[in-house]
Amino acid sequence: MTQADRPLSPHLQIYRPQLTSVLSILHRLTGVALALGTGLLVWWLAAAAAGPEAFAGANGFLGSVLGRLLLLGWSFALFYHLCNGIRHLFWDAGFGYEIATLNRSGWLVLVASLALTVIAWLAAYAARGGS
Amino acid sequence: MSAGAGGSPLGRARGLGSAKEGVGHWWAQRVTALALVPLTLWLVFGIVTRVGAGHAAVVEWIAQPLVAIALILTLFATFLHAKLGVQVVIEDYVHGPFAKHVSLLLVTFVSFILGAGAIFAVLKIALRG
Repeated sequence: MTQADRPLSPHLQIYRPQLTSVLSILHRLTGVALALGTGLLVWWLAAAAAGPEAFAGANGFLGSVLGRLLLLGWSFALFYHLCNGIRHLFWDAGFGYEIATLNRSGWLVLVASLALTVIAWLAAYAARGGS
Repeated sequence: MSAGAGGSPLGRARGLGSAKEGVGHWWAQRVTALALVPLTLWLVFGIVTRVGAGHAAVVEWIAQPLVAIALILTLFATFLHAKLGVQVVIEDYVHGPFAKHVSLLLVTFVSFILGAGAIFAVLKIALRG
């Protein structure tokens, strides 16, 4: 087969990162991270079903430094994937394809997911009584 | 609807994708995404406001019929959405036929096992009476 002289897809190492491409790959990365993170949710539910001791064990881990770091990453991934997913749904409906709109909705998604993460953690610390 | 030669162009094309299922995967990914917008926000709110609550309080919350039903719907949509999404990532990046099919099977099995386990946990709590 002869190699046609045609444009190739962008080579990641020489392709200048842009907001649109970075957010696009971030959607995939957070999606995969969330799929892995479902294990944590299943464990928490199973512990609640198993009884007070198992539940205390699960809560003990989730409240530890490592547990909190995992939950911090997971909560941002969740809010980012949720906000950017809504952006995707608008595209699927045929809206928001102009470059200026793409950049604006991209920044909006970033700000909204960071804000939601901060709000969720403030609420969680308030529910725990500040600890 | 018949897909005979006399039908409209859409009617003739409907369901004739490479695997004869048209946009089924694409559509299911969007339907679960749409459902998960309110369900996820509800679940995060429900969990965040119960951080630090003891076992009894959490179990009492999950055992409420509407909460249990919403949880089961959330879990079903979550694992279906995750399975469909990871499947696309594998199809894009895993190229060897053996590695690809083994990883696709693995993702399918793990998604259903985790989903069944999570839904069973909710039912066990809700049906304890």
